[in-house]
Amino acid sequence: MADEPALSFENISMRFPDGTLALADVSLDIARGEFVTVVGPSGCGKSTLLKIASGFLEPSSGSVRIDRDNIGYVFQDPTLLPWRTVRRNVEFLLQLHKAPKDERRAKAQLAIDLVGLKGFEHHYPRSLSGGMKMRASLARTLTLKPPVFLFDEPFGAVDEITREYLNEEALKLFLAERFAGLFITHSISEAVFLSTQVHVMSARPGRIVASYDVPFPYPRQPELRFDPAFAELGSQISHALRGAHV
Amino acid sequence: MSITSQEPSPAAHASAASDDAPGSAAPTRESVLRILLPPALFGAVIVGIWYFVSYRVLAPKRRFLLVPPHEVWSKGFRDSKAFREMLDALWSSGKVAMWGLAIAIALGFFVAVLMSQSKLIERAAFPYMVVLQATPILAIVPLIGFWFGYGFQSRVFVAVLIALFPIVVNTLFGLLSAEQGLHDLLTLHNAGRFTRLIRIQFPSALPAVFAGLRISAGLSVIGAIVGDFFFGQGEIGIGQLLKRYANRLEGAHLLTAVILSCSLGVAVFIAFGWLSNRIVGKWATSVRGT
Repeated sequence: MADEPALSFENISMRFPDGTLALADVSLDIARGEFVTVVGPSGCGKSTLLKIASGFLEPSSGSVRIDRDNIGYVFQDPTLLPWRTVRRNVEFLLQLHKAPKDERRAKAQLAIDLVGLKGFEHHYPRSLSGGMKMRASLARTLTLKPPVFLFDEPFGAVDEITREYLNEEALKLFLAERFAGLFITHSISEAVFLSTQVHVMSARPGRIVASYDVPFPYPRQPELRFDPAFAELGSQISHALRGAHV
Repeated sequence: MSITSQEPSPAAHASAASDDAPGSAAPTRESVLRILLPPALFGAVIVGIWYFVSYRVLAPKRRFLLVPPHEVWSKGFRDSKAFREMLDALWSSGKVAMWGLAIAIALGFFVAVLMSQSKLIERAAFPYMVVLQATPILAIVPLIGFWFGYGFQSRVFVAVLIALFPIVVNTLFGLLSAEQGLHDLLTLHNAGRFTRLIRIQFPSALPAVFAGLRISAGLSVIGAIVGDFFFGQGEIGIGQLLKRYANRLEGAHLLTAVILSCSLGVAVFIAFGWLSNRIVGKWATSVRGT
């Protein structure tokens, strides 16, 4: 577990041109095999952290270490191409990176099978449910086998039950790939269920005010959600979050 | 005034994820009836009013102003020599319209792509697009004749002029309507301007492009016929015949030619609706054919 971190933030601060301080002195290391979640009130700068990691934004101070050539970024929306079928959507990134057709097909099929979309290869996005679109989006990210996965509140728009399924799906991918995961959410149960470590971020300026190691071993079963220890950790985090939400 | 909005068209999300999946069941006999009956009834009412005006409103001496429907049929459509001439003329005007449309598409697409690539070009060019749209064709007819003569070329020019604007505006709107998320995805993977254009902007633009094409196709037919009125040299177009029949007070022939002109416009509109459905109907959420 003590690998070289695949993603590390060192004393990151972010001040936007309008003067708002979005992030203050955030440091975070994530190695492969670690799934780290940042929870915080909306508008606390959680997503800014991902935008800095992926290079969409330059931090005002501090430094990021990450291999920018291959980042898995799971957006808030599925961002599928509506004119492409599921299979062609999943192939899209491989195509951007000029992978030969056979390789594209094979890798896409693997990813589609892994997220449970087998049988829907020839469907267009408009005929898929929100959860299925998200699965397709996950599969697309998976095809490049990125060492780092950034999740930008990806399951925020789906219903609770679908979200739980998608969480289990995400864990399955995590166990298969052992990537370094950085997950942004405001759902505490999602955070605890997924992560090896949960950080609580305060409202503006966003800083990490509390950190919790999540002791539950993988693979995690859906029943874990009913475990008293799960609830206990959740309530601790909830408490910290209330303190953070000034 | 500029097209900078990133918002999709109002109807874009109307039927997202609805169950109108591709290849849905063939229409049943009842639904065909339900689709065809109302317009058929309405058509009957129009013919009724037509007869009423011909026989009740107009005195017999003035009946040539609106010849009753059966006479249009017997004296217009059934007059094989005249009808033949009309079809030839219609074909000629159709050619003008298609040339005009083809040139307008090529030109309009080119301009829209340029404008989509740079805000500066967009800002510089857009006012002139509006000027183009606002210029009354009649005002520049003498100029067109002066430059291109009084035949085929000038007719095509008029068709291009009329059909160009909707293509530019719709294509531009379509190119700019690609979702921000898709742009982010491409940014993340270091895609260049060209990849962006080909992979996401063109496909995103297609529904809007087809909406523009349908409007422009209809306009190009109008342009061809209007062009005919002023530039009558060479092959005779349907516009020339309309003028001739009107001058000679040949009501039945005139109405026949009018109906044929309408049919050309409608045919073009339906053809592009069909094409649009074929190409983007499978995935777009707001495209409806006729």
